[in-house]
Amino acid sequence: MSYGGSPENLNPTGLPEPAPSRGPSLLGSGGATFRNVAIALLSTVVVFGLVAVLIVESAGWPVVREAFFNRSYFRTSISPIAHAFVLNIKLFCICEVAILILALLLAVIRSLPGAVFFPLRLMAIVYTDLFRGVPTILVVLLLGFGAPSLDLTDVPTSAVFWAGTALVLVYTAYVSEVYRAGIESVHPSQEAAARSLGLSRTQTLRYVIIPQAVRRVIPPLLNDFIGLQKDTALVSVLGAVDALQQANILSAADFNFTPYVVAAVFFIAITIPLARFTDYLVLRERRRRQAGGVA
Amino acid sequence: MTGEPALRVDGLHKRFGKAEVLRGINLEVAEHEVVCLIGASGSGKSTLLRCINLIEPVSAGRISVYGEEITAAGVDVNRIRREIGIVFQAFNLFPHMTVLRNVTLAPRKALGQSRKEADTEARALLERFGLAEKVQEYPDRLSGGQQQRVAIVRALAMKPRLMLLDEVTSALDPELVAEVLEVIRELAEQGMTMVIATHEMGFARDIAHRVCYLHEGAILEQGPPERIFTEPEHERTRQFLQRIIAAGRM
Amino acid sequence: MKKLCAITFALLLALTAAACGSKASTSTAANSGANACAVSNLHLLTPGQLTIGTDNPAYSPYFTGGPGGDWKGQYNNDPYTGKGFEDAVAYAVAKQMGFSKSQVKWQVTHFNQSYAPGPKHFDFYLAQVSITPQRAKEVDFSTPYWNVNQAVVALKSDPISHATSIADLKQYKLGTQVGTTSYDFIQNTIQPTSQPMAYPTLNNAISGLKAHQIDGIVIDLPTAFYMTAVQIPDSTIVGQFTAGSTPDHVGLVLQKGSALTPCVDKALAVLRGNGTLAQIQQKWLSEKVRAPVLH
Repeated sequence: MSYGGSPENLNPTGLPEPAPSRGPSLLGSGGATFRNVAIALLSTVVVFGLVAVLIVESAGWPVVREAFFNRSYFRTSISPIAHAFVLNIKLFCICEVAILILALLLAVIRSLPGAVFFPLRLMAIVYTDLFRGVPTILVVLLLGFGAPSLDLTDVPTSAVFWAGTALVLVYTAYVSEVYRAGIESVHPSQEAAARSLGLSRTQTLRYVIIPQAVRRVIPPLLNDFIGLQKDTALVSVLGAVDALQQANILSAADFNFTPYVVAAVFFIAITIPLARFTDYLVLRERRRRQAGGVA
Repeated sequence: MTGEPALRVDGLHKRFGKAEVLRGINLEVAEHEVVCLIGASGSGKSTLLRCINLIEPVSAGRISVYGEEITAAGVDVNRIRREIGIVFQAFNLFPHMTVLRNVTLAPRKALGQSRKEADTEARALLERFGLAEKVQEYPDRLSGGQQQRVAIVRALAMKPRLMLLDEVTSALDPELVAEVLEVIRELAEQGMTMVIATHEMGFARDIAHRVCYLHEGAILEQGPPERIFTEPEHERTRQFLQRIIAAGRM
Repeated sequence: MKKLCAITFALLLALTAAACGSKASTSTAANSGANACAVSNLHLLTPGQLTIGTDNPAYSPYFTGGPGGDWKGQYNNDPYTGKGFEDAVAYAVAKQMGFSKSQVKWQVTHFNQSYAPGPKHFDFYLAQVSITPQRAKEVDFSTPYWNVNQAVVALKSDPISHATSIADLKQYKLGTQVGTTSYDFIQNTIQPTSQPMAYPTLNNAISGLKAHQIDGIVIDLPTAFYMTAVQIPDSTIVGQFTAGSTPDHVGLVLQKGSALTPCVDKALAVLRGNGTLAQIQQKWLSEKVRAPVLH
């Protein structure tokens, strides 16, 4: 009997067939045929054209356009808001890293087995309930104005520091739940296989369970990231001049709302690529997950 | 090696809640011996193997490997599991790792082998079992038979003294079964001590030194394959074999 | 396929450009005739009633009647009492235009609502709104009823309280309410080395000062007096600034092209001419303690 292995094009039977993508294709069933593309294009033009006409012909449109889409204010707002947006980006990057690490820690603590770890698990639950229950803006205000008043030595008083801390505390609670769902979704047979090879519980968690758990929860994780990116605007309630506050300043100076639209554009410019990147990661992971013989 | 049997199971009982799945199993496997477990689904074959590998805690009884009682309190469970290899029906490969890494993970982390060492040995093993070109592939690109062979190699990479195979071909399409059986046959020829739970009666007759028939959690009958398959003593064994023949699996 | 996509994209682009292309034209209502300002002839939000908008909270010394009605909470003041500088000015203008006290209705209007596009919810709005040319493009301003001087408030114990010139202030972290000319004053005149803070409300700025997040608050002089006298213990006015080459005038805000604007201006002219405005200023804004002038 030869060990040449099955020919490449033999369908792996005994395995569920890897589904190309679970939902309907963006263009419709059948994918990118000429007919589908032509119909899609035509109906796009019709639908968006109709919407555009409806908006433009409405009575208040000139006023709205002047107040929100003023070309000259748009141009002059871009530079100051871009500079202020750097604060949002910095806050996002630093908080993001802290959240990913702390939330994983919290999720692992939450899933520690054994009666001896009960107090730790309890604290984790209380923490999660607390910081998911209080509105983020409240946490920002309480920490931002309350903590510096405590006059603790060696602790920074800056608004950005406390806003960042508040965001980390709140989002760690949400993200740890996401991780936990991911960990619990990894089939127990994976843990059985790893343990049966002689890997310790920690090694199993680190090399087998968590890598799979994280890959599985990429959509909700990235959802939370996008939420965080937008919530960095909350630093404005503490007085720091981020993109939103800068838009406030410009808007009050000129009595025009176009700067808000500019700020919105900056936020979207970050979140849309993030969302498309999520889609790509999900597709790649779904394909891989079909194999390994796991139910 | 020592004169002790490779595996000895004494009065093993296993309960899941109220249901008693194993009722007093007594089994001895000598070094280099191949023992096949046969029996209907639910007869306790898988549970027995999982108990030996300490995946399931035993309710009563003792298990010893080369004289060392592994069910005793205070035993380093991880060390025992390194010495006993087990392969499951559902392959259970790690989907986020390549074939190579699947095989080298445990030797590197649990045995402390260096990356180079582990890679070299893994490649040799994979080559030996015809999987050389699949080394950098992810499991989702492999056929069922290939995946199961990788799973066997993964267990072998730990250089176990005893191998447990739990219905490793049951999830495969018939045309892929043969390649996996070949691997097991080769292992047997090289003297690996094995306990194999299987439905493949023809294969069992070929390679087993001893066949045990399990019924409702106890070993009803055991003996050399020629005797069990042609002249079983118990009525139940006979009935079971009738059904198997009728299903065309022998 | 690609060509079709390109054509559709171009079509959508063209539609968008067309929507943004044409300039908006705003209509200006012509107004003439002395009797156009009689109460019965005025274009009011509610006929026979003068609706005046102001912000909530309303601060002393511009409104000093104490909490009541919609204006609740500490430091807030009910405009219906007629007490306070702007309160007095508003009722004086109303009376001059021919409205009785009972015909005046106060409407809570937040600052950015006052310049939002679309019909206003007030006949005129006052809340220490500075007149600037850019703002005048979006709304109508009355002639000024007052000039603003900016001042700096700090804690007595902080080194900034010893500053004697604008140059001395540059090294400190300053803050004020977002969207005010005080903020512009910090940016354009003081030009500190560190980014100033822009708080959503003055109360937040006060919290920031108490928490040592900022060293000083820049705000108009009358408000500075109220802050140091009542709101912030152990604080002081470091100094005030003269208007310099660009005086900060404060005026009433009306809908762009409102028919009321000339009538309001007429009333103000009378009040200015017969000394009523000066009297009101003397009564509510007399500064018993002079604050040093910083250059």
